[in-house]
Amino acid sequence: MATKVYMEALSPTMEEGRLVTWLKAEGDEVKEGDVLAEVETDKATMELAARGSGVLRKRFINEGDTANVGVMIAIVAKADEDISALEGGGTSAPAPAAEAPKAEVPKAETAAPAAEAPKAEPAQAAAPAAAAAPAPAEAAQGEGGRVKASPLARRLAAEAGLQVGAVQGTGPGGRVIRRDIQDAVARGGQQAEAQASAPAQAAAQPAAAAVAPTTDARFREHPISQMRKAIARRLAQSIGPVPTFYLTVEVDMGEAMALRGRINERFAKEGIKTSPNDLVIKAVSMALRRHPFVNAAWTGDSIHLYEQVHIGVAVAIEEGLITPVIRDADRKGVGEISAEVKELAGRAREKKLKPEEFTGSTFSISNLGMFGIEEFTAIINPPEAAILAVGAIGPKVVVDDSGEMVVRQRMRMTLSCDHRVIDGATGAAFLQTLKQYLEEPMMMVA
Amino acid sequence: MAVITYREALNQALAEEMERDPDVFLMGEEVGVYNGAYKVSKGLLEKFGDMRVVDTPITELGFAGLGVGAAMTGIRPVIEFMTWNFAILAFDQIFNSAAKMRSMSGGQFKMPITFRGPTGAALQLAAQHSQALESQVAHYPGVKVVVPGTPADAKGLLKAAIRDDDPVCVFEGEMLYNLKGEVPEDDDYIIPLGVADLKREGSDVSIITHGKMIHTALQAAAQMEKDGVSVEVLDLRSLRPLDTDAIMRTVAKTNRVVLVEEGWAFGGITATIAAMIQEEAFDMLDAPILRVTQADVPMPYAKAMEKAAKPSVELVIQKLNQVLYR
Repeated sequence: MATKVYMEALSPTMEEGRLVTWLKAEGDEVKEGDVLAEVETDKATMELAARGSGVLRKRFINEGDTANVGVMIAIVAKADEDISALEGGGTSAPAPAAEAPKAEVPKAETAAPAAEAPKAEPAQAAAPAAAAAPAPAEAAQGEGGRVKASPLARRLAAEAGLQVGAVQGTGPGGRVIRRDIQDAVARGGQQAEAQASAPAQAAAQPAAAAVAPTTDARFREHPISQMRKAIARRLAQSIGPVPTFYLTVEVDMGEAMALRGRINERFAKEGIKTSPNDLVIKAVSMALRRHPFVNAAWTGDSIHLYEQVHIGVAVAIEEGLITPVIRDADRKGVGEISAEVKELAGRAREKKLKPEEFTGSTFSISNLGMFGIEEFTAIINPPEAAILAVGAIGPKVVVDDSGEMVVRQRMRMTLSCDHRVIDGATGAAFLQTLKQYLEEPMMMVA
Repeated sequence: MAVITYREALNQALAEEMERDPDVFLMGEEVGVYNGAYKVSKGLLEKFGDMRVVDTPITELGFAGLGVGAAMTGIRPVIEFMTWNFAILAFDQIFNSAAKMRSMSGGQFKMPITFRGPTGAALQLAAQHSQALESQVAHYPGVKVVVPGTPADAKGLLKAAIRDDDPVCVFEGEMLYNLKGEVPEDDDYIIPLGVADLKREGSDVSIITHGKMIHTALQAAAQMEKDGVSVEVLDLRSLRPLDTDAIMRTVAKTNRVVLVEEGWAFGGITATIAAMIQEEAFDMLDAPILRVTQADVPMPYAKAMEKAAKPSVELVIQKLNQVLYR
């Protein structure tokens, strides 16, 4: 029985995808799970897998074309199956942007119009497609664009960043149910952990809140006091929607650089080569442990104090910026962090990151030191409450404890803070801890 | 643990509570000399005398009212209705007096009264004698309602009812009196009101039910198991207060629910629970909530029609399959 291939939501924020390469030609044998095409999303190039076996009978869009999520882009069916009834129908409302030949044919139910349908044995043709109603090939999209889905399926889809309409339903009348979402998640390589067991963590977000936290880190709910509410409201009126302020500190990186040198020397054989930034990530993640309000998010209803530290590391790529996430950075060694950053950044540049690898951070770091930037302010990555901008390390003349002018390796860092969550003193205390860690890195292991 | 009948479990509960507290007394038609229409009060007259085991005329409204007055003085009446069908005559006392007295007196009067008797259809007793009326009683704030489905629950819940300072209505399954089961002998064996019991654990779909219907549910679950379907059976035991946490737990676990009750669908217990689930656990649901209830007719007398009107194992299985999209 025929399987419609849809443009799927391959990243949490994807609304449309550009078909980069067809990996199967019309007439090719296809097995369920085979990669049909490479699709470029807003973040990465992803693989689109077949959800049924047969022959790739029809491709509706060409390489380079763009299609909205939920639009039918191909049909997989038996070699001799009559697919004429499918060719126009079942797609969701928006037709592929480019010049997809077939997809704009009106409705399936009106049958015949399928432009070039051979119409050989019409009676027989209609039967198999229609009779097999509740089975997988049924699209969940109903009349008027309404998607039939169980409430649970909708919630799970939202958590997995899938559009319910892009998933084929196996419930009555094509209703999308839990198993469909779970299958889609498993096949699409989506956030596999976002399954039924994950509690209502994401569900409770009020739509009205400016940003809905999407990280998978556990958090404690911190109630918002009236004073906090007043602060939040007033500040948001002043600078909105994220009322940001900036704190800058200069740290002495002498000890940290020395430690880095020793690590690289000692572990050279293991292939470990840490950068100053890896030490900064480690120090930041440990400092966040001691300053929960900096590892936090404003939701509108409460403040989420994350119990895990997932650090987003901004990486510049050709098209823009992406932040691969080092999960539980506070529990990883510098070497481990270093290897992970290298690996993720490498794949980020190739646009090969999976969605779960660049979403869900609880705090971000942006480092422009390698460009010689001494000091800058970074923009907060919502819903996170803060971001640290790290500048270049360089020799500077400073006055030491005994009043002597000496040359030291100094580095400036600026913390951008969401004032709804973080007050000046809170941010300053965090920076103080961070400075201590970097100036006396031994404290990190004490 | 001794294996005794549901009837004996109730008798034990009454005897132990009367022994423990001289303020407890039993009143109703045929409870004394005849040992109770269903022999639940067997031997109590002999043991406690006619001041504490009181035979009454056929006057449901009268002796229920007398019980309410007695409770207002602080003693603890247990009012037996020969069946809850006859208690309809006494509903004014239960709904208007017992249920509301505490609230209307600003807490000056407690209402430590227990109303009890058999409920539900037996075999060919026709429309007026085959009603499961617990949803009507549970409608009124102020009364507590329990529906034991096993001998152990019967004993533990009746004892809790007698010790409670609010009016408690105990709905005993008319077809359960001969049911045997293990029952703790402990004098202080109490099942707190408002605590449901997971009678069977499962993972694919939940049946939420109470009273006699738990046996229908368990049979259906056993048959489904042969098909590889794992059915959870939650016995509410207490309708007021209702264990909503247990309900939400099982919904969260299986995401699919079939509700079963012996009474009618319209305005029923299952209607209330379905509403609660969709209010509190909407996005836990992977399928619509389905219900199995008595047909929307007065219970027929004719055997075949009676059978067709009652909730059955087959009907429960049908709904389970439907809710599982099988």
